[in-house]
This record gives sequence, C-alpha cells and structure tokens, in this order.
Amino acid sequence: MDMPIPDSTVLNRKAQVVAALQKVLPPDSVISDPAETRAYECDALTAYRCPPLAAVLPSTTEEVAAVLRVCFELGVPVVPRGSGTSLAGGALPTADCVILGVARMNAVLETNYADRLIRVQTGRTNLSVTGAVEEEGFFYAPDPSSQLACAIAGNIAMNSGGAHCLKYGVTTNNLLGVTMVTMAGEVVEIGGGHLDTGGLDLLGVICGSEGQLGVVTEATLRILPKPEGARPVLMGFDDVEVAGACVSDIIKAGVLPVAIEFMDKLCIQTCENFAKAGYPDCEALLIVEVEGSDAEMTDQLARIVEIAKRHNPVELRESASAEESAAIWLGRKSAFGAMGQIADYMCLDGTIPVSELPYVLRRIGEMSKEFGLAVGNVFHAGDGNMHPLILFDANKPGDLELCEAFGAEILKLCVEVGGCLTGEHGVGIEKRDLMDVQYDPADLEAQMAVKDVFDPAWLLNPAKVFPLPASATRRMAAE
Amino acid sequence: MMEPRDEADLADIVARANGPLSVRGGNTRGMAAPGTALSLAGLSGITLYEPGALTLVARSGTPVADIEAALAAEGQRLAFEPMDHRTLLGTDGVPTIGGVLAANISGPRRIAVGAARDFALGVRFVDGTGQIVKNGGRVMKNVTGYDLVKLQCGAKGALGVLTEVSLKVLPRPETSASLRVPAADAAAAVDVLSRALGTPYEVTGAAWDGADALVRIEGFEASVAYRLDQLQAALGGAPAAVDWDGVRNAATFADTPGDVWRISVRPSAAPGVVAALPAGAQCRLDWGGGLIWVLCAPGTDLRAALGHLSGFAVRVRGAGPVPMDPPQPEPLARIEAGLRERFDPKGLFRPTLAEV
Repeated sequence: MDMPIPDSTVLNRKAQVVAALQKVLPPDSVISDPAETRAYECDALTAYRCPPLAAVLPSTTEEVAAVLRVCFELGVPVVPRGSGTSLAGGALPTADCVILGVARMNAVLETNYADRLIRVQTGRTNLSVTGAVEEEGFFYAPDPSSQLACAIAGNIAMNSGGAHCLKYGVTTNNLLGVTMVTMAGEVVEIGGGHLDTGGLDLLGVICGSEGQLGVVTEATLRILPKPEGARPVLMGFDDVEVAGACVSDIIKAGVLPVAIEFMDKLCIQTCENFAKAGYPDCEALLIVEVEGSDAEMTDQLARIVEIAKRHNPVELRESASAEESAAIWLGRKSAFGAMGQIADYMCLDGTIPVSELPYVLRRIGEMSKEFGLAVGNVFHAGDGNMHPLILFDANKPGDLELCEAFGAEILKLCVEVGGCLTGEHGVGIEKRDLMDVQYDPADLEAQMAVKDVFDPAWLLNPAKVFPLPASATRRMAAE
Repeated sequence: MMEPRDEADLADIVARANGPLSVRGGNTRGMAAPGTALSLAGLSGITLYEPGALTLVARSGTPVADIEAALAAEGQRLAFEPMDHRTLLGTDGVPTIGGVLAANISGPRRIAVGAARDFALGVRFVDGTGQIVKNGGRVMKNVTGYDLVKLQCGAKGALGVLTEVSLKVLPRPETSASLRVPAADAAAAVDVLSRALGTPYEVTGAAWDGADALVRIEGFEASVAYRLDQLQAALGGAPAAVDWDGVRNAATFADTPGDVWRISVRPSAAPGVVAALPAGAQCRLDWGGGLIWVLCAPGTDLRAALGHLSGFAVRVRGAGPVPMDPPQPEPLARIEAGLRERFDPKGLFRPTLAEV
C-alpha cells in the first residue's frame, strides 16, 4: 500500500501552519509536538501509521470552519477523524496533513420525540445517541460493532451499518440532515426534520463520501421507538450450503428478522473456546433474532423454526429468557476478540448476493488452502455482508503481504459474483487500489467529478477511496 | 419522438445531441422538460429477480405495474408505495420505475420504511456526454465509493438518463388493519399520529382525512390483531377500512377543481403551516403530519403565501409554470450548478430542477 509523497512545501511551513491554527483555536486545541501527534498516527487499521503535521480538536462548527479556512488558504491537506475506529484506514494521516478530530464535539443539541429525531454534534458516539433517548423508550438504529466508541461523524463518512440493518437500514437511511463545513470553510445546512427537499439529494452523496466532500459537524438523526422485546434462536447445521439455503428460505417466507448472523466452523470453535457460550460443534451456525411482544416473537420464531427443521438442523435452541438470549449472542459478540486471541487477523467486509453464499464460502475455503492462511467467516447473512477474518502472523516477514493478497482475491471474488468490495467499513486506503475491479474508469471519473465540485483543490482526505493513479492528476494540480 | 432501443443506442443519441432533450418515462405527471422528446419505453424489462435475496433489477422504462405483478407473484412488493399521479392529474401514460426513482416518489409507508431512494441499490445511467456510468450494485449493503445512486434519485433527470435500476424489495405482509381516531383539526391529528408513531407497534401509515386520524399496521394476522388492540387502547377510535391507495394518490382532491400542492415539514410544524394557509384552502395530512396536501384556488403561490418555511413546498397540479423553487443559499447553489455542469456540460437535460 502506497501513500503519496508528502508535499515538502507544506512540511517546511509547519511552524507557519501551526501558528495560524493557534490563532483561531484555544491553546489546548492545537497539537503539534511530535510526541503528541503520534496519538493520531493510525486508526483501527493499525498496520499503517504516519504521524500528521498537526492535529486540531475544535469544539464548535465555527472553530471547524476557521480551521478549514486556514488550511484552505495555506494549501494544507486535512484528514477528518471521528473516534479513529475505521478498519479501512479512513482516518490514516499523511505527514503533510492536519488531523481534524471532532471528539470534543459531543453535545446533544435537540431531542424531539413528537418528530422522532435527535440533533447532535458529530463527535458524539453512536451508542450515546441511543443513551440520550432511551429513557423515553427510543433508540438510534444503526449499530456498528464499534458502537461504544465510534463517532457519528465517522458513521456518516462511512455510511456505517450493523447487525440490525436488515430491518432498520444503514446510516444513510436514518440520517435526516447535516451541518457541514466545506474545505473552503463555508458552513452549509442540508436537510433537517422534513423529508422532501428541493434540489439534488446532496445528503445522499455526502453520506458515505469518507470525509472527502466536507466535514460534517452536526447531524439530525431519526430515532425509533424501542421494540417491546427481542429474542434470538440458534441453529446449527452440518453443511454450510444448507445453512445458506435456510437463510434464503426464511427471507422468502415473508419473515423479516432484525438480524440473521452466520458463523462457520472455525469461528464457532474459537468463540466457544473463548466465551463458553455452549455452541454446538458443527459446520455452520445461524443466529436469527426477531422483535415484538412475547406472543409475536413466539409466532415469528415458530415460523422460522418450521423452516429450519426442513433443513435438518443438528441443533435448534430457542431462547426462553433474557439469560438464554445473552448466551446465544455471547459467542457471536465476542467473535472478533476471540479470533484476535488465536492470531492476528484482517477483517474484510465484501457483500455478495445471498444466493451466492455457498459458492463464495466454498471458494474462500479453497483459496485458504492455496494461500496457506486460515479464514474464519462470521457475518450478516440476511444482507450478504460477509466478514471473512484472515488469520496471519504479524511478526512473520511476508505474512501481512500474503494476507493482503489473499484478501484482495476474496474481494475480487465478491465483485465477480455480483457483489461489492465493502458493505459497511468503507474503502479508505484498504480497498482503494481495488476500486477498479468494481468500477470502470468512467464510473470512477463520475465519482471524482463530485469531489471536484465540493473540494476543487482536493485537500480533504485526498489519498483515499480512489486508486492513486486515477486521482493523481487532480491531486498534483492541487499542489 | 426518439425511442432508443437500448442503452448503447441511448448513449449514442445523447453523445450526438446538441439541444435540450425532453426525457420521459411514462410522463404521467406531464412534467417532462422542454426539448426533443425522448422516450425510454424501449428500455423495458426485468433483468434479474431474486426473491430470496430481496432484489430486483429492471431497465428504467419498465412499467411499475409489471414490476409489482412480478413481485406479487412471489409475495413481495415495493415497500415505498409510490404514488400513481394519474388519479390526481387525470393524465394517462404508464408510470415507469425510472420515473419513480428519478423523482423519488414515495407514499404513506415512507415514515416506516423509507423513500424510493432508500430502496435503490444501484443505477446505470448515461451522462450528458453520452458516457455510460454505473454506481452501486445489487446487494443490500454497499459503501464502495460515492453513493451516486442517491444523487440520481430525485435529480429528475438533471444529472443523466437512468437506464437500469436495482431495487431492494420486501415481503408483502400477511394482512393489514387500520384505526380511525376522530381528530377535528390538524393539531389534534398530529397529536394522535405522533403518539401512534411513538409506540413500538410499527405503524406504517399515519394520515388525516380531514375528520379522522388514520393509523395503519401490517404483518402477520395475530400480531396485527394484538397491535390494533394496543393502539386502540392508547389512542381511542375504532378499527375501520381505510383506502390507503387513495391516501397515497391524494385521491380526495382528484375530482375537485383547484391547484394541489404538497408541503413537507416537521410533523410538529404542520398545525402552524395549516393555520397559515390562505382562506378557503383545504388540506389533508400524511407522514404523521410531515406531508401536507393542500387544495387551493387556481394560481395561488403557496410559497409566497407561507413566507419563510422550514420545509419544502411544491405544486403538483395547476396550470402554467410552477412557481420557482426558492433559490438555494450559497454555496449549495454553486455546488448544485457545479454538479449539473459536470454531469451535463451541454445543458441537454433540464433547464431548472423545478417542476415544470
């Protein structure tokens, strides 16, 4: 993975840049000592690190605008950062950039239960949005695994999903409006509490643009009344393909569970050893969760169990209590931690048409043998969003590169069967150089044209999303 | 009228065009832009449908009715419930899926499941230079690159001609039921509807017909019966049959002369907006109060009448040009103009984004 050579004219002007930032921000909001900027050298994709020129932690939209005006005038690239939980390197700095962190901007600006919305500053964490409304019986639906730590700013940048988006949608489906600052430091309001707007759906293209079109400082989010209850059923199968067919049959039967999670044998065993959740020893495990009143859940689960029985499950365990529900989820929720105990891993998140599940799992198994690296599969089966975890040894020379090469082959396979490179983590730097597997030059050109309009100088998070050769002319012109 | 056979043919026409094109699906709204007529009727047909994956791909000129029939055969549907404008406008023509997405047409169920744009998984389009572009795909979760799918939805063709769309579809519920709760005015109606939408009973329709607040729930038989009881206990009223297709199509104003506008606001702002309507105007509510349908005297400029509106108002029926959209503040106006310039450098598609 390459990053562009830092702009030496910016590096040489560090003192000037820092002084200009200090002029518009309180003293403790500008970080320029190399000992301290190291805290921002990477996000959750820790294989790649680079301390930034400086980091700033503004507290208001006005301060963000002031920072961006300074950087715009001095031609300094800016990398926005939420909580730094990106698995795709979305917040990876370059040596010539200013990291703009929104962590201090975590206020709730408005809650309105009659209109079912909340307005927050975007440094607020995902889970604490729900925290602000749960006493009134509401919640914010998108639930990425990192929800305890990840910021709404990053959720919007990456259009984050979660386990429950089969029913509730992803970030873009729950985002009503934003306050955004352009790279030139202009503050814009887009959308709000009303659903129809005039003009183009700019909100739709801003969500998921990986911090390349503007810095979102405030967001209006849809909140929903909490369901009366939730209850999972666990099913074990002796064959991966049969489990895949069961998922398809559940969906075809008109039941729309809130979550359908899938684990393969390696994940089941690893999680069982780690969490002692009482999982059966089998080839594939499904956790299907439904919501509603007791009677409604019983009814829905009966339908699901009836379908499952047609596929000869080796285990069928319906939760009868909160404790049993927790036990069923325990292994799944500790999957990433458990896998981390046995090896280093790279987590992919390509999405495939659900019908291709058996074929793709079989091919991944074959490739695993070819590359000599083990793979565990744990993913959101209802929407085809896979999470293959490739195990490797970071201390073994060449293993990371081998793992990345294997990962690339899996993602190419996802595209080949009609899917995509990333379902919820984003492109960042991790999948940047694979973008031309999914998109033709004209497709990428159309996307880059949007950035040209929002950020003509290509200063915002410039080395991400698009393959470096594809964006080279634009980035060079900016320098 | 030009009628390209396929996407390549369309791309060729656009590449060679040097004057405005009036691109239309079924033109059921009569809002096609001025210019040389170009019909997408030739780009028709469902190209892929996987009920087990809840996805359907169709060419943009495919009649909505064909898609709904294919879905119904598998017990599924377009959950966003697109309005059929022919009822209100007295037009003919065949609504197409491309037209529905280009205008982001969404019905009463939008408050529960989202708008047309929320069900659009992927698009193929021809930009103003004749270049074929694809974005998104046919899987439900996809954050690979920018979401030009959303940008195209609701752009009314200003950024290119849709040639193919891929959609998320949902199961058709076993049954549905509705509750009527008397509500004398908009304020009382919004109060009832907000309370209904604040329950966990998954309300999928929340409208007001001028006399009663209307609340819809859908799902499996036993579940619907249970939730109907709970809602009735909370809100009062009585179970009743409600014509939700009529709500969706603003059918109540179909045979009454006058201009028809739709105004989108926060639900809590609806009573204030209704109170400020010109004398003699009639209104209905949908989306829990978030959508106000207004019938008013011909020639009324409701935007002018309402003054500053935190929301969006647009005329759907009436003679003559629609009053222009209020100008976007800078830099949004510059961004929109910039996008249109990039995607349509020859200015082929729409002179304005306003309905015409």
